[in-house]
Amino acid sequence: MLRTKIYDHFVLLLGVFIMMGPLVVAFMTSTFDHVLIHKEGMQVGWGGKFIETYSTVLSQQGGFTGEVTGWLMTQNSLILGIGFALGKIVVSMLAAYAIVYFRFRAATFCFWIIFLTLLLPLEVRILPSYEVVQQLGLLNSYTGLIVPLIASATGTFFFRQFFKSIPNELVEAARVDGAGPMQFFFDILLPLSKTMMAAIFIIMFVVGWNQYLWPTLMTTDESYFTLVRGIKQIMQIMIGADIPKYNEALAMAMLSMLPPALVIIIFQRMFIKGLVENEK
Amino acid sequence: MTTLRIKNVFKRYPNGAEAVKGVSVEVGDGELVVFVGPSGCGKSTLLRMVAGLEDVTSGEIELSGRVVNDLEPAERNIAMVFQNYALYPHMTVRQNLAYGLKNRGTSKSEIDSKVEAAGKLLQISDFLERKPSQLSGGQRQRVAMGRAIVRDPAIFLFDEPLSNLDAKLRNQMRLEIKSLQRRLKTAAVYVTHDQVEAMTLADRIVVLNNGLIEQVGTPAEVYSRPDSTFVASFIGAPPMNLLSATLTDAGAQLGDQVLPVQTSLRGDVQLGLRPERIKISQSGSGASIEVTIVEELGATRLVHGIVGGQNISVAVDAELPVPTGQAVISFRPDDAHFFHATTGRRL
Amino acid sequence: MNKAQFGSPWMPYLLLAPQMLIIAIFFLWPAAEAVRSSFYLEDPFFGTGTFVGLDNYRDALSASDYRRTAIFTGIFVFLVSLLSLSIGLMLAVSADRVLRGKSTYKTLLMWVYAIAPPVAGLIGVMLFDQHIGPLVDFAAIFGWDYRIGVNYWDTGITMIIVATWKQIPYNFIFFLSGLQSIPKSVKEAASIDCSSQNRRFWTITFPLLAPTSFFLLILNIAYAMFETFGMIDLIVKDQPGNSPVTLVYKVYRDGFRGNDLGGSSAQSVILMLLVLVLTIVQFRLIEKRVHYN
Ligand SMILES: Nc1ncnc2c1ncn2[C@@H]1O[C@H](COP(=O)(O)OP(=O)(O)OP(=O)(O)O)[C@@H](O)[C@H]1O
Ligand SMILES: [Mg+2]
Repeated sequence: MLRTKIYDHFVLLLGVFIMMGPLVVAFMTSTFDHVLIHKEGMQVGWGGKFIETYSTVLSQQGGFTGEVTGWLMTQNSLILGIGFALGKIVVSMLAAYAIVYFRFRAATFCFWIIFLTLLLPLEVRILPSYEVVQQLGLLNSYTGLIVPLIASATGTFFFRQFFKSIPNELVEAARVDGAGPMQFFFDILLPLSKTMMAAIFIIMFVVGWNQYLWPTLMTTDESYFTLVRGIKQIMQIMIGADIPKYNEALAMAMLSMLPPALVIIIFQRMFIKGLVENEK
Repeated sequence: MTTLRIKNVFKRYPNGAEAVKGVSVEVGDGELVVFVGPSGCGKSTLLRMVAGLEDVTSGEIELSGRVVNDLEPAERNIAMVFQNYALYPHMTVRQNLAYGLKNRGTSKSEIDSKVEAAGKLLQISDFLERKPSQLSGGQRQRVAMGRAIVRDPAIFLFDEPLSNLDAKLRNQMRLEIKSLQRRLKTAAVYVTHDQVEAMTLADRIVVLNNGLIEQVGTPAEVYSRPDSTFVASFIGAPPMNLLSATLTDAGAQLGDQVLPVQTSLRGDVQLGLRPERIKISQSGSGASIEVTIVEELGATRLVHGIVGGQNISVAVDAELPVPTGQAVISFRPDDAHFFHATTGRRL
Repeated sequence: MNKAQFGSPWMPYLLLAPQMLIIAIFFLWPAAEAVRSSFYLEDPFFGTGTFVGLDNYRDALSASDYRRTAIFTGIFVFLVSLLSLSIGLMLAVSADRVLRGKSTYKTLLMWVYAIAPPVAGLIGVMLFDQHIGPLVDFAAIFGWDYRIGVNYWDTGITMIIVATWKQIPYNFIFFLSGLQSIPKSVKEAASIDCSSQNRRFWTITFPLLAPTSFFLLILNIAYAMFETFGMIDLIVKDQPGNSPVTLVYKVYRDGFRGNDLGGSSAQSVILMLLVLVLTIVQFRLIEKRVHYN
């Protein structure tokens, strides 16, 4: 018994080392001076330039046009993360409600159309999607950034599954009590779905925050850049420089990671629930 | 010979909960001992320590003369039947029965013959190729029993094996377990919180309360000579009446009533009277009772009333007339039990 | 679906409108466009196209570049899924067993899930950087002259490592919740029936996890195919040159950088068919999953 205990802790510590090690090294290196990093490689320890580097990244005007700051990108990331999560929840809850609780002719047809979206991730239809958004004049806008990402219907399936698990007696009781579809939705279904909504929100926030390909294509105007999108910009500037600002690139990486990391750690239980149930 | 010896065993869980606080019990060869007690009293914990599923904090567990504290469950030669059966869902019934034998290196032909025999014994031969999910609750229960039997262990451990069955099936399985255990002559520990199950199954009963043993004895002993008010009220249904009384030269004083008893004890006590040992009649000699409610239980009636300001219940044969209003009760003096007024120990 | 249902003539349509509208505009239209343009040869400068039938498909499939990319994608998907699944499982099994520090381990092992793929790519690029990367020094100990961005396979290995690293938390979480849904008493019954922990794992735990594993396998394949885009983009730094890429990345590169709309669309459609197959397999598995309960 003791032997397995030691083995388990060894495996887990090794796992923690592999998973967290790169992050710790990246963070530590970001507190050093870029010239020193260039000369001596990535660092383990405390470089003492934490405040300097991070405040530079957050506030300094950067980018090609010199207008975008880390702080602005953080705001854009928040808009994308929250907008995506909220949009997805609202749209998919309404759709799932219609599919599960209403009898109507086109139900099967709508269901299959929604199902179809699961087949094609954005990545494989990226080019025509871009053209459509371009034709609609939505490039460089929050609408163009967020709405197309909502098209995939994972959320709808999730809520459909959840609604179907709610006992039938509840609708029947509500109808006996004279509740119409609106009252039923707001007075009964919505309160019951609270934890599910929170769990899905957490997952979708992280997914939205971490979007990369779509924002990269959609936004050429730097004032719409998100942090994750900005990483690429930084790389491109870095390649050109004599002594790349490794520290600032890593600081940016750390900043872009912090909010989603905090969210999943603080709401760990809900996050796991949302993740595991969402994929079923 | 004793099969199992539990010596002064303590159990403290990592969260600080003290589930077992010093228990010593022995189980003889072929004996069926029942651990009974209210929920949370530590009976499962004790059983699981015997199985090796929980570490022993201090004390010793000895199986067939060998201290097994540090042995893995599989090395202890025990078999266990779980409350929810714990069948392996991905294996057929046959594979479920064979699994433990296979891991012990039993030969294929021996496994086959043992599985067939157990299947016959438990009447599950027809389902051997089915998965557990395709069986009813009662059938699963039998498979769980079968899995224990084929192993031919030194001792069977049962943790509330019948509590997931409906009442009728439970009574039937109870009888089967008893006759099976008699036939196999294998020692067994059976955990339950149901005192009826304890009384009917046990060779000896161990009554546990709050991590400690209250009493050990045969069902008859525990019923007729409970060591404490706890045992008195836990064993027997309906439970024993416990009345605060003062013993004087005249008898037991309850408010304005005096009940005749035979004892040299004096002073404040708790007087125990089994409802079924009290006689009640509309008139005659005895203490007077004011009847409040009568419950019909079929074969008997339970008459509730007030004697000397205290509640009391009396079981009456259903064929006797129903007493109403003021009536009188009487009992044989040696049917009265006396317990310490504050500690509740038998005097 | 035997729900007690409301019957309103217009309400369900109103409720479905937002979802259907978004799907129609941002999904059906582009998807149809992709299929259409895969049969055309488009002139990017004049926006005119000529119908060429299956030419685009033939060209795409017969190009040596495509085959090379397909082979790399196959290897990449296989290794990333295999490695991240097995490491995730190993960690989950240990995390399920330990009593002390369980939640700390869980938190620390989960953390990387929050990282965006391109950010993971950035960290990977730095760790394997010629000048500053500690892992290059580590490889040098074994006489391995690690050159990311220069050597095809060194770059590919970086991608595999980073993609695996990023996916481990996901598999870990699923396996752990799968392990925790095995009833405690079944594990205990097994510990009475079988003394070897190893054997117990392979005869009881693993078969009971099988549905989770199959299901995760599909999700991992989808991850390695599609979600690694950002990471690859960062690692190849927009200068693919002699760097390996996946099929999805090639669709993007041919379409946006190479302006080969027809070819890119044909590749999209091939990928769509692939996903279709994956989804069908996945649904078969979901049906199968039911039988244990
Ligand atoms: N794993 C555990 N960790 C901490 N405390 C525990 C654990 N298991 C049981 N306990 C505590 O130990 C005490 C005894 O529990 P046990 O399961 O032995 O009770 P029991 O007599 O079997 O009750 P029941 O009839 O409800 O099954 C309880 O107070 C319980 O809360
Ligand atoms: Mg118990």
